Amino acid sequence: MELLCPAGNLPALKVAIDNGADAVYIGLKDDTNARHFAGLNFNDGKLAKAADYVHQRGKKLHVAINTFAHASGEERWRKAVDNAVEIGTDALIIADLGVLDYAANKYPDIERHVSVQASTTNLEAIKFFKNNFDVDRVVLPRVLSVQQVRQLAKTSPVPLEVFAFGSLCIMAEGRCYLSSYMTGESPNTVGACSPAKYVRWQETEQGLESRLNNVLIDRYQEGENAGYPTLCKGRFDVDGDVYHALEEPTSLNTLELIPELKEMGIVSVKIEGRQRSPAYVEQVAKTWRMALDRYQQSPESYQVEGSWMQTLANLSEGSQTTLGAYHRKWQ
Amino acid sequence: MKFSLGPNMFFWPKNDVEQFYNQAKESSADIIYLGETVCSKRRELRAKDWLTLGRELAQDTNKQIVISTMTLLESPAEIVTLKKLCDNGDLLVEANDLSAVQIMHDLNMPFVAGPAINCYNLSTLKVLLKQGMMRWLMPVELSGDWLKTILTQAVDENIRDKFECEVFSWGYLPLAYSARCFTARSEDRPKDDCKYCCINYPQGRKMNSREGEQVFVLNGIQTMSAYQYNLINEVTQLNDMGVDIVRISSDSEQAFTQLDKFKQQLQTPTKHLLDPENECNGFWHKIAGMSVA
Repeated sequence: MELLCPAGNLPALKVAIDNGADAVYIGLKDDTNARHFAGLNFNDGKLAKAADYVHQRGKKLHVAINTFAHASGEERWRKAVDNAVEIGTDALIIADLGVLDYAANKYPDIERHVSVQASTTNLEAIKFFKNNFDVDRVVLPRVLSVQQVRQLAKTSPVPLEVFAFGSLCIMAEGRCYLSSYMTGESPNTVGACSPAKYVRWQETEQGLESRLNNVLIDRYQEGENAGYPTLCKGRFDVDGDVYHALEEPTSLNTLELIPELKEMGIVSVKIEGRQRSPAYVEQVAKTWRMALDRYQQSPESYQVEGSWMQTLANLSEGSQTTLGAYHRKWQ
Repeated sequence: MKFSLGPNMFFWPKNDVEQFYNQAKESSADIIYLGETVCSKRRELRAKDWLTLGRELAQDTNKQIVISTMTLLESPAEIVTLKKLCDNGDLLVEANDLSAVQIMHDLNMPFVAGPAINCYNLSTLKVLLKQGMMRWLMPVELSGDWLKTILTQAVDENIRDKFECEVFSWGYLPLAYSARCFTARSEDRPKDDCKYCCINYPQGRKMNSREGEQVFVLNGIQTMSAYQYNLINEVTQLNDMGVDIVRISSDSEQAFTQLDKFKQQLQTPTKHLLDPENECNGFWHKIAGMSVA
């Protein structure tokens, strides 16, 4: 089972590889990928360096081109595919059907992975991608339970990759317009959810307030841990009850599912967080490497260590982790 | 230009559904979409009931009847039901997931690509045409300019006559889908023990900010806009740019009044003032969806 780590820049990529990633995924410095944040990602020069670093160490590079191509700018997405292929990427991660079509026709020998943003949650949808674009892998959205992943893994004609750790997107990815509803910009169109330029923090008499495009997302009392106002993780009012109506600030952590995922034949576990620091990538890669190696050495006696959980919780939103949708009760 | 009634996305008792479609029969709509698009646990009407209702409507009226299908399909059982709906023999089908596109393609049957299919550009549209798409609804977050670009490109490539274009023009916008049921959560229940509580909220549950601003509507696993989208002032523009069908969402009986208003607007355009505390049109104008341009 491959450990696939995120990198938003060259230092993060290096620590990912140095700490045990089998593969790293990155994005270009524009809106062709779903982590289009200021100061993040790879220009052409850095892209070549990234490929060299990864390949010299016998590891793999995946390039995410996983937003939806703009009607008036499809050329940019095709160019991104060309660039990634030119520097020798091992796989393209794509969500848009038109971009997949382009990649499949022009570069049939370069691996194509269906991005999580394509929201592929069932066998017939997987067949669609297999039949039309001969894809090599499907990344499953974070909406399926373990039982559902197991059922799919049994019948899928394409190897599956799942999210293992990181910020928890609770909506079927690629099918969420909450961010554009509130700000005009969404992961699908600009490659960012709840973009930072719309965030405002304000000390008020009622407490510290976080706003997104002026909509109150949360209000914190003294001593409460204030998190980034991702709009689905705020506290809202439903008929007089104020609570995290959609989701708490929390991160996904599936260390305890390693035996099950391995047994059902999942080919890759993905760590979320291209927007996070090299220090985050280093800690997560190291911890997951230890866990995967431990399982490999003695599958029968595999147990999640408290220290691993602690390390990962410290890197998580609200310092909490969850099994998310993998666990039915969460749903 | 034609006018359609989109699928009702809420969960209503069977009687209410039947009553609604009795009225729809008499309405001025040219096309009626019906079926469950949100949650497979909602079984006041099962697949065969939707098909029966659809066939009755087709018999009693000269409107086109379309069976709308689920958006987020996660289990083999849901796929079995989807196949039943797709392979129904006579009624046109709206695909809201690529699974339905795949099934319709296998059946060699034409289909409508619903707003939850991510078609953001002409290349994608061409992929869908090859699969058998005969009508296209763009994702609701896209703007009028965006649509115009694609339609113009389609004209340039001589494929504009290969598909009809429909635009979601009025009603609560479907914005997101999750594994989690937010209505059950609002009653402090897990989804597996939801007690089908959506049925108690025929207009969903409003989720407001702590300042009382309406933000979203919780509708089971679906999150909707808290404001009703309203493109009444854009009807002439839609017509001019070659949109074939205007979709009015079947939120409630209000839909019938809106249908008439929209039709009237096409005949004699007048400027309607939108209420920014209950209505929005931001997506069309490329600004925050919840705002009014």
